[in-house]
Amino acid sequence: MNLIFEKSVEGRHCEMIGRCDVESYKLGDNLKRKAEPRLPRLSEVDVSRHYTELNKNVHGVNCGFYPLGSCTMKYNPRIDEETAGLEGFTHIHPLAPESGTGGCREVLDTAAKLLCEISGMDEMTFQPAAGAHGEFTGVLLIKQYHDSRGDKARTKIIVPDSAHGTNPATAAMCGYEVVNIKSAEDGCVDLEALKAALGPDTAGLMLTNPNTVGLFDRNILEITRLVHEAGGLCYYDGANLNAIMGIVRPGDMGFDCIHMNLHKTFATPHGGGGPGAGAVGCKEFLARFMPVSVLNMGNPSEGRVDVGPEGALMGNHSKGTIDAGPGEAAGGNIAVPGCGGFRVRSFSGNFLVVVKALTYILTLGREGIPEASMNAVLNANYLLGRLKGTYTPAYERTCMHEFVLCLEDVHHKTGVSALDVAKSLIDYGIHPPTMYFPMIVHEALMFEPTETESRETLDHAADVMIELRALADRDPEYMKAAPHKAQIGRPDEVKAARHPIVRFDFDTARGE
Amino acid sequence: MGSYVPSTYVERKEMLKSINMSSFEELYSDVPKEMLLEGCFDGSPGDLGNKEQTAPGQGGHHRLDIPSGMSEMQVSRALRKMAGKNKLYRTILRGAGAYDHYIPAIVKSVPAKEEFLTAYTPYQAEMSQGVLQSIFEYQTMICELTGMDVSNASVYDGATATAEAAAMCRTRGRRVTLVSETVDPKVRDVLRTYAYASNDEVFVVPAKAGRTDAEALKSLLRENVASFIVQSPNFFGQIEDCEELGKITHDAGALYVMNCNPIALATLKTPAECGADVAVGEGQPLGLELGFGGPYLGYMASTTKLMRQLPGRIVGETTDSEGRRAYVLSLQAREQHIRREKAGSNICSNEALCALTASVYMAAMGSDGMREVADQCVSKAHFLANELAAIDGVKLAFPGEFFHEFVTVLPEGDGADVTGDVTPRVSAVLAALDEEGILGGLPVCVADGEGSCNGRKNAILWCATEKADRAELELTARIVREALS
Repeated sequence: MNLIFEKSVEGRHCEMIGRCDVESYKLGDNLKRKAEPRLPRLSEVDVSRHYTELNKNVHGVNCGFYPLGSCTMKYNPRIDEETAGLEGFTHIHPLAPESGTGGCREVLDTAAKLLCEISGMDEMTFQPAAGAHGEFTGVLLIKQYHDSRGDKARTKIIVPDSAHGTNPATAAMCGYEVVNIKSAEDGCVDLEALKAALGPDTAGLMLTNPNTVGLFDRNILEITRLVHEAGGLCYYDGANLNAIMGIVRPGDMGFDCIHMNLHKTFATPHGGGGPGAGAVGCKEFLARFMPVSVLNMGNPSEGRVDVGPEGALMGNHSKGTIDAGPGEAAGGNIAVPGCGGFRVRSFSGNFLVVVKALTYILTLGREGIPEASMNAVLNANYLLGRLKGTYTPAYERTCMHEFVLCLEDVHHKTGVSALDVAKSLIDYGIHPPTMYFPMIVHEALMFEPTETESRETLDHAADVMIELRALADRDPEYMKAAPHKAQIGRPDEVKAARHPIVRFDFDTARGE
Repeated sequence: MGSYVPSTYVERKEMLKSINMSSFEELYSDVPKEMLLEGCFDGSPGDLGNKEQTAPGQGGHHRLDIPSGMSEMQVSRALRKMAGKNKLYRTILRGAGAYDHYIPAIVKSVPAKEEFLTAYTPYQAEMSQGVLQSIFEYQTMICELTGMDVSNASVYDGATATAEAAAMCRTRGRRVTLVSETVDPKVRDVLRTYAYASNDEVFVVPAKAGRTDAEALKSLLRENVASFIVQSPNFFGQIEDCEELGKITHDAGALYVMNCNPIALATLKTPAECGADVAVGEGQPLGLELGFGGPYLGYMASTTKLMRQLPGRIVGETTDSEGRRAYVLSLQAREQHIRREKAGSNICSNEALCALTASVYMAAMGSDGMREVADQCVSKAHFLANELAAIDGVKLAFPGEFFHEFVTVLPEGDGADVTGDVTPRVSAVLAALDEEGILGGLPVCVADGEGSCNGRKNAILWCATEKADRAELELTARIVREALS
């Protein structure tokens, strides 16, 4: 398929805004750009057809089964799109006066209250735009907490070796040394390893429960107790909340701060990779370290800049000196509005995404929230039950909302790897499960069916997986070259990394 | 109560039976009993919730205290009611980081296509060429707009893009970031927050007459400085002397980062033309709704030299075994899922749907259309500025050329009580406009030469886009004149 630039025709255009009704004012030529941007020249039908063609080559949740472990690809309700598209939400400027934004504040306050109750936290912020962004915000609560106590010795964050890559990356971004602890044989936290890692240099622990292999860690209360005893705090990665919302609360497990992925557990659509929202919650004692939001400030001072003599600008800090960071250790007052506040993005967060999540939570309510979790867990166990005879589960236990298969034996016997099985699923219109994660399982495939799949879908997926096991014995070469029926075959990723082509080259124009 | 779980009572019973269970409670046998929420299994139909021995409602220390679920009709009504409590303005003359531009219908309809909307990150390239190609096209368009060599697939917003740019410029020997005082204060707060996280320092370069003080910049550029960040047009709408500032920065051996409004780039000198090493900015003006602040879009582009320091996803072109053109997530060795604690950033996703929206906007408008939007913004803003400056006592705060935002200082008035931290004059003007359905500019402080304005906002930061029609601009000036007389 051609790129949009290859469809450009000189002279084509769309008529979008009409002529200017005031006198034209021209900026000086010395301010203008020399080269024109080579954006495509198209009429509206060209634009429409191009994106329709692209859209055909996208697999959405609406197309079929999407059992990506750890991603919670549940159905995205249409009503959530409708409420988030209301003009009374979309056409509101983030800096409009409070008197005109009561509805927005009600959305955020209501969502915060509901999520605090579901997670067992006392305060909530919606500033983070994604899970990783939420992790960053949450770990900064921990950092500020220790800084405020003048405790400079706490330089390490403990992370199990099964953790998602964002956990150690986040800790490193916050200036911490990462201590990886090896998981126990049963996939859960090894208490002895944890005890050995804890000390006066422990700032905190980052954990998810159920963990990344889909198991509920029975020792969770002991784990959080040990960390607290050592003087550290516990951070909960909410990626797996879909197993337990309405059943157990992270706040009751001993966690001090958490993030939740509204685009996973709370059904907002993934959009091909965002926008999401990483709501961050904390217990009362950490509340004063939360990001300064426009809503929390009595008199929002957005754009407040003091201008000194001769129009010289000064912020509320002196010229040319160190711009102290937020946090009481820097001597700055966290609550100073405008300049000097702890912010992880410009405004209050991905508000329209929160509208979608709120719509979903209100729809499910007291009964529906635990019902979703219970059925997510039932579906996962049912699918695991159907596959157990053919494949080797990584752990022989009741799983939570997801489970991991270890295909090492298949690989040894037939040469067909987890990757080959995953690619073969594509030919059946089924999106592959998560591959090779977590790293503690070899040849891993992680399935998370979610609660919004019917038994027929699960049975069909199981049937296909069983058929593929047989195919691996019969014709491994065919599977190693899969997929055969997709738009493209396996792309050469090595070439892409060695000779990066990351933009269209206008000078050597070609089409196909 | 609304539910999206398709399985029926009979199906659930049979599925439980197939795994040798008869109740949902058994699925959670690993959870310590004292942690279970009270009555949490009661919600399932019939007798499937609790184990035979446990009576419904028993056990647990806390009952989930949220309202009962709603039908779709009820929830629609509830959200509409909330939306109805927000004020819809006929004309918006406020910018300061979020801009009211005309969004063509096709720009709204393409990202609403269900596949684009509900797909996951394109990790399985064979199944997601549509998403990957659209990102590749987005990357190309951003390169064209900024003049830079490489773009990533986007980050959360302009402020985080700026913070990530500061981080990517740091080396072992150079860790200090300089940022101009004329950069949006919220962006500076985010920059400072990220610097606090990584134990790095940020220094502010003061401004003079509404623009970065080049002499001050020279004096602050020491050997430990990694980068200097400027925003142009800046927070006050002023166009900075970007080429000059870039030269000064490079002469001192530091990297140069520019934060630019993408609509302005349709006509103004590009970051590449000014010598920028990294170009970032807020992509919201490219067809994204105001949406009370989000979701927005952060773009990041750099020179080829810095490509491997760019955070976030990047889509690359390659071929498959048949030689067909194919797109993949590339250069993943930079990212968290490979490098974990050694990754430069923890960023895992982008704002894919927002980047798609921006691409459709740029495709529908084309460079001619975007230049027309930019030109009209300039003309309308200058028209409004002239109308306002013609009012007795109202003057433009800064003498320099501006794009589509500018600041007017209002006469002080009698030292009457201040409402909050806004002077009575500014309050009166904005209230009068508000009554007419016009959202006036943002209140800001501009001192009168006697030092700090004591936190009292006596000026207004206006913004006029192509959406503001002449009649509304004239009406605005009339209302302001009346409010001040």
